Amino acid sequence: MRTARFANLPWHIICWVLGISFLLPLVWMFSTALKPPGLVFETPIRWIPENPRWYNYPQVFEKLPLFSRFFVNTFYVTLMGASGCVLSSLLVGFGLSRINWPGRNAVFGMLIATLMLPGVVTIIPLYIIFRYAQLVGTFYPLWIPAWFGYAFYIFLMRQYMMTLPRELDEAARMDGAANFRILWQIITPLCSPAIATIAIFAFLQHYNDFLGPLLYISANEMFTLQLGLLWFQGRFGNFWHLVMAASVMTIVPVLVLFFTAQKRFVQGIQLTGLAGR
Amino acid sequence: MTASQRRDLRDGILFTLPFVLGALLLWVGPMLYSLVLVVLDWNLITRPDYVGMKNLAKLVDGRDPLFYKSLYNTFYFTFFSVPLQLLAAFGLALLLNQPMKGLGIYRTIFYIPSITPAVAFAVVWIQILNPEWGILNQILGWFGVEPIKWLFDPAFTRPAFVLMSLWLVGPQMIIFLAGLQSVSPELKDAAQIDGANTWQSFLHVTIPAISPIFFFNLVIGVIGSFQVFTNAFIMTRGGPQDSTLFMVLHIYRNAFEWFDMGYAATLAWVLFIIIMIFTVIQFRFARTWVYYESEQSS
Repeated sequence: MRTARFANLPWHIICWVLGISFLLPLVWMFSTALKPPGLVFETPIRWIPENPRWYNYPQVFEKLPLFSRFFVNTFYVTLMGASGCVLSSLLVGFGLSRINWPGRNAVFGMLIATLMLPGVVTIIPLYIIFRYAQLVGTFYPLWIPAWFGYAFYIFLMRQYMMTLPRELDEAARMDGAANFRILWQIITPLCSPAIATIAIFAFLQHYNDFLGPLLYISANEMFTLQLGLLWFQGRFGNFWHLVMAASVMTIVPVLVLFFTAQKRFVQGIQLTGLAGR
Repeated sequence: MTASQRRDLRDGILFTLPFVLGALLLWVGPMLYSLVLVVLDWNLITRPDYVGMKNLAKLVDGRDPLFYKSLYNTFYFTFFSVPLQLLAAFGLALLLNQPMKGLGIYRTIFYIPSITPAVAFAVVWIQILNPEWGILNQILGWFGVEPIKWLFDPAFTRPAFVLMSLWLVGPQMIIFLAGLQSVSPELKDAAQIDGANTWQSFLHVTIPAISPIFFFNLVIGVIGSFQVFTNAFIMTRGGPQDSTLFMVLHIYRNAFEWFDMGYAATLAWVLFIIIMIFTVIQFRFARTWVYYESEQSS
């Protein structure tokens, strides 16, 4: 027993050092967010502030009252985007896994083809198309694409649905149930792990989206948190304690989600190899 | 065709319609439209002018030196960050594959930076890399390294960006870890019985078994790093001396700051083609080093 413990010691030391390095940026952020303005750049660094200045957090809203609005905007876009991703992947995933029809393989081939296409080539034409549609300056461009379905999520859902036994739908079909009812009443409840995984990743994707709001949103009161944080940093860049307090507030929802659904994160990445951003 | 077959055909089309429409409206249509933009001179306000191959010529004949600069920066970033990210992710996965306590905590810690929103991540790193009071220079100082000017010295901006990218290897690490955990113990036992030591069994059993995962991470990593944008936009605005002007940032500026839509679309197509070429090359070379179990047994 003792030898085993000592044999692991080098591994633990390496993990410790690496773990501290990986956490360093976050710890610096949380620590600086609680410092008074004068002590932000104290060297050597004091990691735990002597008198934590919680007032930094309300002060962010005093300096920039719109900051609370950014939360509302972000959650709106995130909710619309994530629900679109879940619904579209349920529908299309069902059509690609549990209905037998002649065009199925062709559509699936199309899905695989778009899976790895670099999006950079569509940024400009999409912007112009949304501009023609008079949708620049609204939230629509940020979440409408989700309702058509993203290839990754559809792929994930299709793979999951393929693992469910065929007898489920066949029995219902005998009873004369339509495909839509089979999806809604039988398959969807069984897909909750896949739904949860897609919801989490779609949440992150829309919450962390930067380029979308940067291109499509220009009115300050419509900023999302990402744009808002950048704006805050631009205007109050000398108040690093406040910039960090604002940063902490944009990260907390993500951390809460991560810690409540950690298992799904791991499963989701393993299923698709999808990155979190 | 029976009634039920007809119904299934109709439903199949209806259920997959969102994706098919999306592929047409969000991929095929825009890509074709973007091809049209390549031959136009258009600032979005006045009428577009047909200019033929002028945009392409501007890009080739050196009238836009920033294009070559951005090309170089993007290749530099890709060639250093992708292999280092793969090594880091694989190293962490090997660490987490050891039988010991507390692995879940370490996995969480290694993963967390990957989910932090990009703006907050960039804003913190501006401070970490600060020449005077940043933590990085303080830590390097313990080892006698003179303060480095990181984001203010064109020689160090790109290495700084590569370094930062190593904090984001969480997802790749988890994919590697899943691969390591699925290597069959029987294979390792068999190698051991044949007299292989730990290192040999790692080299000849584990590595081939997870080579498809290396391949997957490599392909995805290259596609992602060719499109690097956010950190350069927030932290350095492409500077100093254009040392962090990456291709997507150059495209962004041409399109949305200088409103040269035709030229920006041309740049985007060039980047798209570069990425596709690299992806195809990787798939070609995959046959020589990626090992697929199913192929081998047949």
